[in-house]
Amino acid sequence: MTQSRSSEGHTGSALTGLLDTDAIRKDFPILQRVLHDGKPLIYLDNAATSQKPRQVLEALNAYYERYNANVHRGVHVLAEEATALYEGARDKVAAFVNAPSRDEVIFTKNASESLNLVANMLGWADEPYRVDADAEIVITEMEHHSNIVPWQLLSQRTGAKLKWFGLTDEGRLDLSNIDELITEKTKIVSFTLVSNLMGTINPVETIVRKAQSVGALVLIDASQAAPHMVLDVQALEADFVAFTGHKMLAPTGIGVLWGRQELLEDLPPFLGGGEMIETVTMGSSTYAPAPHKFEAGTPPIAQAVGLGAAIDYLSNIGMEKIAAHEHAITEYAVERLLEVPELRIIGPRTAVDRGAAISFVLGDIHPHDVGQVLDEQGIAVRVGHHCARPVCLRYGIPATTRASFYLYSTPAEVDALIAGLHHVRNFFG
Amino acid sequence: MKLDSMYQEIILDHYRNPHGKGLRDGDAEVHHVNPTCGDEITLRVRLDGAVVADVSYESQGCSISQASASVLNDLVVGKTVGEGQVIQEAFLELMQSKGQGEGDEEVLEDAVAFAGVSKYPARVKCALLSWMAWKDATAKALAEQPAIND
Ligand SMILES: [Zn+2]
Repeated sequence: MTQSRSSEGHTGSALTGLLDTDAIRKDFPILQRVLHDGKPLIYLDNAATSQKPRQVLEALNAYYERYNANVHRGVHVLAEEATALYEGARDKVAAFVNAPSRDEVIFTKNASESLNLVANMLGWADEPYRVDADAEIVITEMEHHSNIVPWQLLSQRTGAKLKWFGLTDEGRLDLSNIDELITEKTKIVSFTLVSNLMGTINPVETIVRKAQSVGALVLIDASQAAPHMVLDVQALEADFVAFTGHKMLAPTGIGVLWGRQELLEDLPPFLGGGEMIETVTMGSSTYAPAPHKFEAGTPPIAQAVGLGAAIDYLSNIGMEKIAAHEHAITEYAVERLLEVPELRIIGPRTAVDRGAAISFVLGDIHPHDVGQVLDEQGIAVRVGHHCARPVCLRYGIPATTRASFYLYSTPAEVDALIAGLHHVRNFFG
Repeated sequence: MKLDSMYQEIILDHYRNPHGKGLRDGDAEVHHVNPTCGDEITLRVRLDGAVVADVSYESQGCSISQASASVLNDLVVGKTVGEGQVIQEAFLELMQSKGQGEGDEEVLEDAVAFAGVSKYPARVKCALLSWMAWKDATAKALAEQPAIND
């Protein structure tokens, strides 16, 4: 084993900008788990989903133990309290993303639903937003499938043309043909702020400026950004921003779509049902104003409350500090990974303009085997195409192994990953 | 170590030196994928009457999926389709045994080494990929046979 030798001379414990992870980790009961004959859990699959702090779990419990009721209906105490908690969570989200109005925050079940919602709004919209056979849709080759497939569907249903930015060898967006991609015909440009597979942070301003110059709407998938950095929808100047709760310490089943108010007023609803109406006759209905227009049916109330608690937790620490912590960990991890023989990082090979998800291939050892041997050492990583198969095709690989860090990740966990990878090489060597 | 129950030496040997790999003439070809980890196989079956004359394949994927294709080639080539199906069904049953089955070595030979894989639900599909492709390709080849023989 090369574990002790390869750890020498590294300054993981001397990194600057780290959070007090000893204190933070005490808030996450699951991080105390011990797996396979005494190996402590090393959870490096945060880009898939984050773990949940006690504060979020307690908020969920308290909601069900004390306040559970359906929202926006009924005059009883519980209904009013549950409504206040649910709408209070909306206020927290609005503040967290610096939304000009709380009414611009739509709760969905996840980012996929948020993205699909926009695609469907635009498919059913009147001019000038309507996506029809003359329209063009622009995405990128590094999107998660959830920001590809809804646009393929919309394109197939309307005849609109789907176009996309390619990728450079370094794992960045190739912007060289931006003027051919985003044209007067473009109705919507939808792209990820941070790549879930490669960690790349994309140049929002350049794309948004170009889209604005042709009058196209901009949707930003912030699923891999909201948990990790300051997210300011006004600074982004996008028209829509989508993200999910479960990657940012909240439960599964809650997502967010932020949209500019005038758009939400003009665009048609997608799902019909209770909550989203004003009046209903057998002939027709009128709709509640946004955000309720887009929230048909009983919403995920407890999950929204959990998201509110997660936002409180993140905000108490501070998103700048979380970003700084992850940046330090990422810089250290990139440096250490590049020391592993035959390891090739898929994506940026520096910590500049990159998030804390790092994909790599290890010689010709298949990621499935890498992940299995790491798991035996208590190290949880993700293997496969990460729902971003076009990226794998672009780089000519079937799959990657991805390690992704969060606010509770430590340099010692990076060291364990590196030792684990040396062990993988020995095992299959 | 628990891991050794999955990565038996026999499996690693087949993975490093796969038997029968490469595409050759066949009566039917199929392409199967394992979407969870991206294992892929293109597999051809050539029949000589009722006998499996050749199973050739081009594949990429994890060690389990690669080794499994190699063992498949060893086990079914030269046997009748009926004998091959018996082996295929025995292998399927072993892989669905959730770590309980040991496999009949008389029937499965090297393939009993995969017994440990059945404990890992995420990997069962890897082990079965080539076998399902073989089953599919054989059915296709059989369907075409009467026309060829006429
Ligand atoms: Zn596999």
